Order: sequence, then structure tokens, then C-alpha cells
Amino acid sequence: MADRAYRAAPADALRVEPLGQLTAIFDRRSMQTHLVVSPVPEILDAMGADACTAARVAERLAALFDLENAGEAQPVLAERLSELAAMGLVERV
Amino acid sequence: MRIAVGPVQFRIGSDWAGPVAALERLYAGYPQDDARPADATVRLFAARPWRRWLRPSVHIGGDFVVPGALPLPLSMGLLAAEMGMNLQVALGWRRHLLLHASAVAKDGRALIMSGESGSGKSTLAALLGEGDWRLMGDEFTLIDPAGGDAFAFPRAVSLKNEAIAEVAARVDAARLGPLLAATPKGDVRHLIPRADAVAATHEPARPALLLFPRFGGAAGIEPMGEGEAFVRLTEASTNYVALGEAGFAALTRLVRETPAFGVTYPDSAAGIALVEQLWDEAAK
Amino acid sequence: MSAVAAFVDLLAGRRETATLGPRDWDGVIGVARSEAMLATLAHRLESAALPPTVAALFADQRAAAQVAQTQALWEADMARRALAPTGIEFVLLKGAAYAAAGMACAAGRQIGDLDILVLATDIRRAENALLKAGWEWVKSDPYDDHYYRAHMHELPPMIHKARDRMIDVHHTILPKTHRITPDALALVSDAVETGSGFRVLSPPAMLCHSAAHMLADGDLQGGLRNLWDIHCMTVGFLADDPDFYLTLMEEAHVHGLTDVVRRGLRLAQRLYGTPLRSYRTPMTVEFEPEWADQFYIRRLLARDDWGRMTRPLLEQVFYIRSHWLRMPPAMLAKHLWTKWRKG
Repeated sequence: MADRAYRAAPADALRVEPLGQLTAIFDRRSMQTHLVVSPVPEILDAMGADACTAARVAERLAALFDLENAGEAQPVLAERLSELAAMGLVERV
Repeated sequence: MRIAVGPVQFRIGSDWAGPVAALERLYAGYPQDDARPADATVRLFAARPWRRWLRPSVHIGGDFVVPGALPLPLSMGLLAAEMGMNLQVALGWRRHLLLHASAVAKDGRALIMSGESGSGKSTLAALLGEGDWRLMGDEFTLIDPAGGDAFAFPRAVSLKNEAIAEVAARVDAARLGPLLAATPKGDVRHLIPRADAVAATHEPARPALLLFPRFGGAAGIEPMGEGEAFVRLTEASTNYVALGEAGFAALTRLVRETPAFGVTYPDSAAGIALVEQLWDEAAK
Repeated sequence: MSAVAAFVDLLAGRRETATLGPRDWDGVIGVARSEAMLATLAHRLESAALPPTVAALFADQRAAAQVAQTQALWEADMARRALAPTGIEFVLLKGAAYAAAGMACAAGRQIGDLDILVLATDIRRAENALLKAGWEWVKSDPYDDHYYRAHMHELPPMIHKARDRMIDVHHTILPKTHRITPDALALVSDAVETGSGFRVLSPPAMLCHSAAHMLADGDLQGGLRNLWDIHCMTVGFLADDPDFYLTLMEEAHVHGLTDVVRRGLRLAQRLYGTPLRSYRTPMTVEFEPEWADQFYIRRLLARDDWGRMTRPLLEQVFYIRSHWLRMPPAMLAKHLWTKWRKG
């Protein structure tokens, strides 16, 4: 599962609006509103336009947030990516 | 018959004369424009031709019909007509973001109260409307997606059970509709909004305070974050999804620009006091 | 003139909007809503002279239809994502296809469920892929379930858990028990690709399906809309190929749908003015009116100013007829009896 690669929605497809504790994301392609909390917005940002595996996302987040052990985050990120794929915010490639 | 409420022109057809006559009386003071095409159609109909006379029961229909909805007896035909008007707007209106909320206005600013049946939003709005507030509506509040202003949809206010006596004590009897006893929602009586509220229907009001009232329990105020207010309001809107990005933008702006609170209160007087207090604080 | 006749005339361009009074608009809008064509009318009359409140209502409808259409195409995309790992080829049908192909009839068109066509041999794998991606069976009773699987041309309906939207997976375009048996393999192999990366039926196949769906499959519910689709797509196809009717009737012949297609075009011509053209060579193509056409027209126009069906007996006749077309008479009797017994 950890070697699956995903690509995030293109930048102009999502409208991201932080609302206090939550972030509301409007997907212009599906007309759906997603209410998410960290680390979802951070994951989408870290992915940019690239195809990423959970490992790569972990590396990027570790670099961005100065985390110690990227490896530990990997299985959690793999799950999050799978959920995001079900929501349509990322697509398996 | 035709009735215009807020921006909506209704066309109302009925297999019986009674409900139409009752509506005509409630809305006698509203502007009439028979030359205007209808935006929404309500039909009160009998399931079978003979059911117009034999155990008459009123089905609610029009542009939209809820399959399997239970009919009402003819004695509650007026309630059926009002429910029909709510249904057609809730399902069909696309020009504004619709919030299941009451609203009153003062000095061009709107106080919006969102809640389910039983929250007391209708009663509070009615009582405030008898004071120095303009009643905008007890059931739906309209938000303009482009500019964010709130607009009125002032229908006859649906008072239930204890609220009937409370309001009746303060108004002229001529402003009340017939008592509809033992409906599925309890005893119901309609209050005709004040003439000045009806006259000011099309005036916009800037949302200034958003409240989520809950009737019952000790008086209390709980500030509500933007995120929670957003979620609650998506649940309280019948057309949020249908409006697409315009709906998202309108709601995001509303919760960011308008302070929100949950309010619990034991009785109307306490509720009104809390509302006035929060309004004064928001005005600072 | 009746509201439904005025509605048809407005779409066909035979009537000027300035001649309509407020009561006429009430009737026309009421009929349009009941036929699920209000946004279609709003697009058709976008540049016409309209009373201000009607213009505002139409603008609302166009915007709402755009949102709904985007959602419908998203469903198609999510189905694509679900089926991609299996390599199963699928073809979009009906509203989603018209929208994906940017066709004129898609303007303002309401799209309901997502309809896709796959080969009969792929249907089990398609079912599994969809279940894995979050669709589930719509709850139904065992009798309906059995009926669907054994006789119908689709899986029982599936609905996506999170998005609450339905998908209908077809393996042919008419029920297995129907008298007519179109060639599904030909339909899939001749499919064309849209700019958006979806596959849709070829133009003649698309028209055959639209006619089949309306006349051979259904009881004429939504007939005015179906015929509008036929009218718009035919005009479009003729612009690309003036001899389209030749290609069309060849295709219709392959699928056994010549009578159905001819009737569909005759009805579209009578209602919306679709330009028909006869041929002697290289093959005979004729659109001589038939006696029964008048009953179809009457059924299609049987709505009053409030959008209610008039002529209930006629409606019954078409309902029984449509079920007769789907099932041999003995089976029909059993089906209706079982349905009646369950209440």
C-alpha cells in the first residue's frame, strides 16, 4: 500500500478557505465541500503538482515542519492518501 | 390565487375554496400583482376526485411533490398551504442562499436565528418584531450570494402551542389567523406581520449577529467558532449544495464576517434579554 | 392554445415570446418543470424578450443546471477512476454522454443517474470494481433483484455511499427479454472518444439508443425531452454529414431498430421541426407518417397548465404497452400479479 502514488487536484480546482479550527475545501470539479483538519491541507500543499507516494509526502512534510522521523508518519499518511482518493481530492496514478 | 412574499411570486391552486380564502385573509395586506408570472406553484389536491368531499384530505404539491407525504384533513388546509409554500421555496429557489432561520432587522443590520422546529426561533422573531425590530421572516432568511446582504421573506408567522397565547396577548386579534388545533405540529396559529415590516420587505440588511437558540435550560451564551457555524449552517440550508461555488463563497463570507453564538434560554423574556445583550455587544 | 403546445412551439422557434401574457408564462413554466425541461427552455430563450421576473428565473435555472451538470460529469470521472485499474472499457450513455461530448442538447439538461455501457463479459468485474470504490446496491426486495439480473439490461442500481448518487451499469441497451436485440458489441467497439477523455456512442448509435430508450423501452415518460434530444442531435449530426440519414438507417438496421428510429424522427419532426429527408439510392429511406403516430403525439402533449397529466387511460395504455414490449405476455401477467400481491 505504501508504494501507491497519488496526484493532488490541480491548483485551480480547489478553493481552500481556513475557518478557525477547520478548513473548508470546495472542489470545483465535483461541486463538493470538504471539511477537513490538519494535516490534510498540509498534505495537499506538500504534494504540489507531483505524483507522490506516502514516503515522499512524509519526507516533504518532515522538511517543511522540521519533524524528526519521517518514517513513522508513513503508514498514517498512506491511510490519509487513500481517504483523500475516495473523496476525489487526490487521484491514484 | 397569487401572493408575492419577498422576491417570490406564488401561484396557488386548490381543489377546495376554504384554504385559499384563509390565505387571502392572511395576506390581504401584501402587494398584489396579478400581471406578474409566478416563480413557484403550490397545489393542494385530492388524491382521488371523490376525496374532495368524502373524508376530504389535502395533499401538498406544486412544482415539487414529496412522494409518500401524508395528507392533512381539510380543517388544516391553511397549514397545508403554508407548508406547500415552504416546500416549493425550499426545493426550488436558486437566487439566494436559503437558511432555515428567522431574522429581524434594526438600523439596516440583521439578526439571524438558525434552528430546528422547537428551538423557538419563530417565537423570538415574532416577539422582537412586535418591539422595535423589523420582522424579516420566521422560517427562511435569504442571503444574496453576490453581496452578502440578508433579504426578508416575511410569511405569516407560524406560532405553536404556548407561543400562541404569549404573542396573542400583545397583538390586535385582527392580526391572527384561525386556531388550528391538534395538528401534527401541535396547536398552530398564524400571525400576520406588521404592515411596516411588509412594506420594507425588499430592503436589504447586513448580517450582524448569528444566533443558534435552544429553548429549555438555564440561560447561557456560548461563542461559536467559524468552523462550527459553517457546518451548522450547511445543515440549515436547503439549497447550499445546488448553488455550487456561489453558495460556498456566500457561507464562508457570512461566518467570517458575522459573530456567532449558541444561546440557551428558559423562557421568552430571558431569551429576548440575551438577544438584546448580544446585539448591543456586537454593535460596539 | 394549450400551455404544452405553447411550450413546444417556443422550443421549436415557432412562437415569439412577446406574444405570451403572464398566465401563458405560468402555464409554459409549469409544463416545462413537469417535463424536467425548465433549464432547457431557459437556454433556448436566453436571448429572447422576457418579462424581468421570467428572465431572472431563467438565469437562476441556467446557473443551477450548470452546477448539476458539473456534478454529473464528476460521477463519470469517479466511475472512470474506479474502473481504470481493471482496464474495462465503458461507454457513457444519455445525459452524461451529451454533456461530455459538449452537444447542443446538453444545454440545461437535467442528468439523473449515471448510465454506462460495458460488455456483458465485463459486467461482473465492473460490479466488483465499483463496490470496491464505494458504491453499494440500492436496497430492494429479492423479487426485483432477481427480475433485474435475469431479465433487464442493467445491473440492479448502485448508489455511491458518500456522494449519494446512482449509477446504472448496462450491458445492452434494451432488456434481454425484449423482442428487439441490439448488438451491444458493435455499440462498444464503434464508440468514439470525446475531448474530455470519455467514450460515447457513435452519432448513429447515439440516435438509435435515444429512440430505443424512448419508444421501445419506456412508457413515454419524459418523451418531450427525449424527442428534443433527438431533434438537437440530429440537426448537429446533419451539419457534419448531410447524408447522415443513410448512415443512421444502416446502423438502425444492424440493431433491428429501423421502425423505432423512423417513428422517433417523425415525432421529432412533428413537434420540433426536425428536417427529414428521403432517399431512393443507395438505399430507400422514408418517413411516411403512420396512423399510430397521432396517439403518441396525444400522449406526449397530455399535460394541463399545472403540469399535471391529463388522459390517465392513455397513460395506462402506454404503461402496459411498455411492459409488454419488455416481457413476453405470460411473464408480464406473472410480474404484474406478483407486484399487485406485494401491494
